[in-house]
Amino acid sequence: MMTNPVGRITQGQFSYLPDLTDEEISMQIQYGLNKGYAWSVEYTDDPHPRNTYWEMFGQPMFDLKDAAGVLMELQHCRKTFPQHYIRLMAFDSTRGIETIVMSFIVNRPDKEPGFGLVRQEAAGRTIRYTVHSYATDRPERERGSGGA
Amino acid sequence: MAAPLYQIPGQAPSPTVGAAPASGSAAEAVRSGPAENSGARTVADVLAQSHADTVIDELERDLVGLAPVKTRIRDIAALLVIDKLRMNLGLQAQAPSLHMSFTGNPGTGKTTVAMRMAEILHRLGYVRKGHLVAVTRDDLVGQYIGHTAPKTKEVLKKAMGGVLFIDEAYYLYRPENERDYGQEAIEILLQVMENQRDDLVVILAGYKDRMDAFFRSNPGMSSRIAHHLDFPDYPAEDLLRIGDKMLQQQNYQFGPGARSAFEEYLARRIGQPHFANARSVRNALDRARLRQASRLFADKHKEFTPEDLSTIAEPDIRASRVFQGG
Repeated sequence: MMTNPVGRITQGQFSYLPDLTDEEISMQIQYGLNKGYAWSVEYTDDPHPRNTYWEMFGQPMFDLKDAAGVLMELQHCRKTFPQHYIRLMAFDSTRGIETIVMSFIVNRPDKEPGFGLVRQEAAGRTIRYTVHSYATDRPERERGSGGA
Repeated sequence: MAAPLYQIPGQAPSPTVGAAPASGSAAEAVRSGPAENSGARTVADVLAQSHADTVIDELERDLVGLAPVKTRIRDIAALLVIDKLRMNLGLQAQAPSLHMSFTGNPGTGKTTVAMRMAEILHRLGYVRKGHLVAVTRDDLVGQYIGHTAPKTKEVLKKAMGGVLFIDEAYYLYRPENERDYGQEAIEILLQVMENQRDDLVVILAGYKDRMDAFFRSNPGMSSRIAHHLDFPDYPAEDLLRIGDKMLQQQNYQFGPGARSAFEEYLARRIGQPHFANARSVRNALDRARLRQASRLFADKHKEFTPEDLSTIAEPDIRASRVFQGG
């Protein structure tokens, strides 16, 4: 059964929209910067919903004034990992918030491997379910080419 | 180019969204300057919309001397205004190269002028934010392999949308050490100076002769810098006027005879080593304030008038070692 006909993972903001253009991404970044957020770029090849902490691409960017700086880092990341998932995250350091307040995907592989439902038979005909990321079927170094 | 169809709260309207369809002029959408500058047809329009002339007038008023520098800044501002008008008529779409080099001895006002320059460029819409990030070699160059690129990039990212001011830029290039990491920083800088001219303006500053040597050994850097401004040393009378202004800003004044004593002080000090123009004036006045304070401090039971507290007397200046050394 196909539950996600477009085959795109939906995580973070704007994930039901068509991919944002660089100009639209800049506007989002500038919105965050105007609010004093620190942006960071992260990437992964395994977008499992429980994979909370993706790899950091460089350090979070504090004290920036203009979106061009974040976009420069993003382009660098896209060049390095063209077939990975890349997301931008905004950290609000205000006392009492101190957490990520914005997060959206800005790069996807050409073919998104997606997820499968795995059933495990346990004692007494119990079934345990788990979500399995197809991306992890292949060894890490072969995942970059974006699905079979 | 796909323009976003929505408006984000808290975001100034992007010129490609609002301005272009409203006025029907295609030229306005070519470059993404601030929206308020579009549609201007005369120099007065641009100046009225950008308020750049107020910054230039301030520069003229606040900074003593520096006549050649002021003329060059006026020229550059005029060029930018005319470019803006040309752009509005669809004559030119390419952003001018605005990277500059400020050469001159210490204390001749390079940093101060750079700050004003950032403001002027911001008013005219050539940089988006108009802040100044001042750095030296230590902020750009790392200490081990692989340390330099992230460091330089971090500084560049912070300076995006504003002006990057590199003080004593010639230290970036050390010909005596071929494995020096400064070269790496220069290469990254060059790349960004070339590719992201819309996002960033770089100003290099330093002593004249050493900057000339730096440019000779880095022709790539030299050819990417359009404006070379030379800051002359101040003559003694300008320094005295600078001293007057500094005291005025701090609510001090010269007592009887103190101003001429200071003039004499300057005449002697200029000839001595390590003279740093306006910075030396500031330091001399700071030391005079110290002596004034200890002079007043000695008078434990006197009730001081505002004049007492704000007057630098002649002995405060005469006590300097410049007069003793002969």
